[in-house]
Formats: sequence, C-alpha cells, structure tokens
Amino acid sequence: MTKILEVKDLQIDFATYAGPVHAIRDVSFDLNKGETLAIVGESGSGKSVTVRTVMGLLAPNAKITHGEVLFDGVDILKKSEKQLNDMRGNDVAMIFQDPMTSLDPTMTIGKQVAEPLILHNKISEADALKEAERVLKLVGIKDAGGRLKDYPHQFSGGQRQRIVIAIAIINHPQILLADEPTTALDVTIQAQIIHLLKEIQSKIDTSIIFITHDLGVVAGIADRVAVMYAGKIVEYGTVDEIFYNAQHPYTWGLLEAMPTLETKSDRLYAIPGTPPDLLDPPKGDAFAPRNPYAMAIDLEQQPPFFKISPTHSAATWLLAPGAPKVELPPEIARRHALWASKHPDEKVVN
Amino acid sequence: MAKYILKRIGFLLLTLFLVASITFFLMKLLPGTPFNNPKIPADQLVILKKQYGLDKPVWMQYITYMVGIAHGDFGMSYQFPGQTVSGLIASRIGPSLQIGAQAMVVGTLAGIVLGAIAAIRKNTWVDATATIFAILGRSIPNFVFAALLQLFAYKTGAFPVALWGGFSYSILPTIALAIAPLAQTARFMRTEMVDVLSSDYIELARSKGESRWQVVAKHALRNSMIPIVTIIGPMAVDLMVGSLVVENIFAIPGIGEQFVKSITTNDYPVIMGLTILYSAMLTVIILIVDILYGFIDPRIRLSGEAN
Repeated sequence: MTKILEVKDLQIDFATYAGPVHAIRDVSFDLNKGETLAIVGESGSGKSVTVRTVMGLLAPNAKITHGEVLFDGVDILKKSEKQLNDMRGNDVAMIFQDPMTSLDPTMTIGKQVAEPLILHNKISEADALKEAERVLKLVGIKDAGGRLKDYPHQFSGGQRQRIVIAIAIINHPQILLADEPTTALDVTIQAQIIHLLKEIQSKIDTSIIFITHDLGVVAGIADRVAVMYAGKIVEYGTVDEIFYNAQHPYTWGLLEAMPTLETKSDRLYAIPGTPPDLLDPPKGDAFAPRNPYAMAIDLEQQPPFFKISPTHSAATWLLAPGAPKVELPPEIARRHALWASKHPDEKVVN
Repeated sequence: MAKYILKRIGFLLLTLFLVASITFFLMKLLPGTPFNNPKIPADQLVILKKQYGLDKPVWMQYITYMVGIAHGDFGMSYQFPGQTVSGLIASRIGPSLQIGAQAMVVGTLAGIVLGAIAAIRKNTWVDATATIFAILGRSIPNFVFAALLQLFAYKTGAFPVALWGGFSYSILPTIALAIAPLAQTARFMRTEMVDVLSSDYIELARSKGESRWQVVAKHALRNSMIPIVTIIGPMAVDLMVGSLVVENIFAIPGIGEQFVKSITTNDYPVIMGLTILYSAMLTVIILIVDILYGFIDPRIRLSGEAN
C-alpha cells in the first residue's frame, strides 16, 4: 500500500492571552491510498486542528512548532499560500460539520458546487455547471438540473450536507477530510451520508480522514482508527483491533460509554473527570487523573507506544514489560474474549 | 412581486395622506399669520385672508387643500406672490437632489470599502485608523467639515469655495455631506464583515482553494452588505436634514434653505408641499430598500413573494 499522507511529530500551539495552549502534542500518523482513517476523540482533543493542518487552514493564532505533513512526499507546511490554494479543493478537500452554516446563503448551489471546478481547471461556466449537475446527481440530489439555481435555504439539512460533499468531490481529490460530517444530522440521515461517502470513495478512489467522536459511526466507515486524547494519539489500529482488542484505558472508556445491544446496565458508563488544561499539560500520561488503572509512573512519565501487532499500538504503561495484569471492565473483557476466540494463536496481552 | 409592490404603493399613499393631514393641523397651530408685515392695513388684511381662503374654518381649508393636491395643485406661495408651490420647488430641488444623491452614493460605497478593509485587517493599525475616522465622522457635525473644506478650497484654490454653477461646485458640499453616512456605513460594514469572515461558509470557500481576496469578493462582501441596506433609509433622512445646513454654508440655492424660510414666514402651502415631498422621497427610498433586500438576500426574496 502506498502512503499518500504522512504526519510526523506534529506539534501545534495556539497563542492565547493566558499563554500558549499546546493543542497538538507530538502527533504522527499516516494515511494509505484508498483507505479511511477515523480519528476519534472528545471535544478539544485536537482532531479538528489536525485536519485543518493538512488543509493549511489553521487559525491565525496557531503556530506549528514542530513536525512535517508530507502529502505525496512534499511537506505542505513549507508550501506558499499560492501553492496551498492550488492544493485546496483540488488535491485535498474538506467536508464540514454543520451543513446549515457551511453554504453561502446568497449564492445559488449550482455556482457553489461549480466554483472549485472553475477555480482549478480551464473550463467554461456552462460546462462547469453541467458537471456540477452530474455531481449533485451522484450525491443524490433529486432533479439536480432543475435545482442548480436554488439557494441553500431551499434544501433540508441532509440535502445540504450532500451539496457540501458534492463541492468537496467535484475535483476528485486524493484526500477527503471529513470533519464530523454527520454530527449535526439526525441518525437516519447519518446512515445515508456514511453510505454515500463509502460509495463515493469506491467511485473516485480517494482516501478519507474521518473525524468523529461517535464510535458507532467509526464502525461503519473506517479501515483504521486513531484515538486522540489531549492533543496526542493514544492508540491506533485497524477498526477490529480498536473495537475488540483495545489496550488503552481511554479507549476502554470510550467503548464502555457506547451503548450496544448487549448493554445490560440501565445506566450508560461515562468516563469520570474532565480533560486536562492544555495551557499546562501534565508531565506524565494526560489521562492518568481519570484513569482507574493509573500507576505511579503514569503521573511521572509519558508512556511510549507499545506495539501489539504490526498495525496496532497503544501508549499506555499497562503494556510495559512487568506491568501488573489488571482486571478489565466487563464490556472490554467480553470484547477481548471475542477477539481471542477469532485469533487463537495470538498471545494475550491483557 | 408585482402584487407586493402594488400593496406597498397603497401603503405609501396612505402614509403620505396621514403625514399631509397631521402636518396641516400642526402647522395651523404655529403662532402668527403669513401676513406679518405691520404696515398692512386691517381692511387689506381681511381682503388678503379672503383671497387665500384663510377666513374659512380650518376644516374647510383642509378639505380645499386636500382636494387640490389630489388634483396635483399644491397652491400658491405666500412669500413669493404669483409663484406656484410646485414651480418654486421644481426650480430649487435640482442642486439639493444632486448633492444628496452624490453624497449617498459616495458615502455608502466608500464606507463599504473602508469597513471591508478594516475587517480584513482586523486588529491592525489599518483597522484602528478606520475606527478613529469613523468615530470622528459620526460625532463631528457636518458644518464643521463644511467650514474646513471651504478653508481648504480657499487656501488651495482647487475647488470653488461656495455658490452653485456646475459639477465642480458640488464636490465640496458632497464630501461634507457624505462623511456621516460614510462613517456609519464603515462601522456597520466592519462589524458585519468580521462576523461573516469567521463563518463556516467562508472557511468552506477557502477550502475550495480561493485566496483571501477571492473569498472576500465572491462571498464575504455580499453577505456583509445585508445590514447596510437596513441603514440606507435612516441615512437618507440624515442627508435630507444635513443638507439644510450644508446648503446654507455653501450658499447653494437648494430646497433646504427654502424650507427653513417657509416655516419662519408661515408660508403654509410651501411648508405643506415640502413636507409631502420629503415624506414621499423617504417612503420611496424605504420601498426601494425593501426591494433591494430581496436582490441581496434570496431568503428574503422568497418570503416577499409568499406574501
């Protein structure tokens, strides 16, 4: 598999009146051609900042203090504004979270969808509108031709998100960044949009980074998952590895908090406490204060990544040689048992 | 749309009727008569009053007047015997309309540009300078600017200092009159544009690969202009009132000066004629603004059609 995107040791600070907020603390990941990587984490964990870095669209007070973002081997952090403009909407495109606010209310949707095409190609407006109509049909807008001259307020939320997707895919980008594209939609529409994204991915052969805080959505779309907490990736692996063989206590917490058909208890689990203040990040593992399995070393030293399989790593001291065996939460134990039954030859880590 | 405009014109005529009626009775409450010259003998005064119909009860005068204007007859001036009110207004409205319209166009356009630049360069010295300029423009009365501009014209000889005689004479009064609307538009534009520039659809436009300036030109300007349309109506009133003073300072034979004079001399038909004219202009501007809304903001266009 060829890597299309490599993010290496990324560190980003945000200048605030209180001082620099260390929003991204040493994030590395890569994206293969044609795959879908889900980045999961709670609000403020740095998911959106990460994809905006790939887009070159960080807020003016953001400062990249370290790292590289290699797209096709070229560091986009070193690109000029002009080169970035050429890349955005052409090689890398983005789908936004809230379809109710992400379309220009005073421009017809035909024009809005055709805009990236006209911007990056030598094409007449009439031809661009024709292509816009084709793409709108592709994303499931009925009577697309008759609706090119309509304005965003004449469409429902789900339809608007389809239009936002049409804008993102019209130039057949190599990377599609989806920043919580289903969060603002109701559940039935969510399923339709996920289905649509998968369909489009197979049609235009693009790689997707899918940001979400909803593990249920991840299961439906991702090939691989990276779990982020407090500006760091704490665990990554294939979707099965994350769902059935998770090793980081934070991932356990997320999985426990997700209701399943097997959930017996009538109260949903919630991870206690709140994320740390990134103005002054903790010395040790940022999750330690909320972690019932935390050990003394968690408060002293940040855990390195421990490899569980070639595709699966987690940054927790529980994986260190000589760490005590812990008793897993019942839901996680159930998932690990399922995993073990399917992978009998693998050594049990926890 | 046509139905909507017709309905609005109906309301417009009703408004004018009410304004005319209220002004008529208020005006009759003014002390004194049009014939204040003490040299006029008493018997002559009776003849004069009879000639102008002022001997009849007020309600009869009102009916006579309203029937007159319904036929387009605004009566004769008292101060200038032999001149019709419409003729008097027609001969003096030109310069007022010209500098008013020029000031409106210059003020709003320059204000939009200034406000947009301030918003794009938010929190820099450019923004600070524009803000200071806008505050000064709003708080210093226009006769101060008018006097300063005259001083400038006098020292440099670049423009005529006063009087009326062609386009070059209109430049300084236009500037003096345009500063207030310019400042107000700039403030509104800056606030709105800062808001618009941080909105999701601007970020989406950037993600399409548009440069900062393309985003401003294609998406931000139009969306930021929606509230500007709202203040055009009140600004037009400001300009009408402002022109009274500015016309005086530049000695422009406009309608503003005439208005003031007609009130001090109890020239009833001229007061009435001008009040109706000003109200008509204002209501027409408000109607135009409401139609403009629809052109700038499609969401409003549709609700207008639904009516």
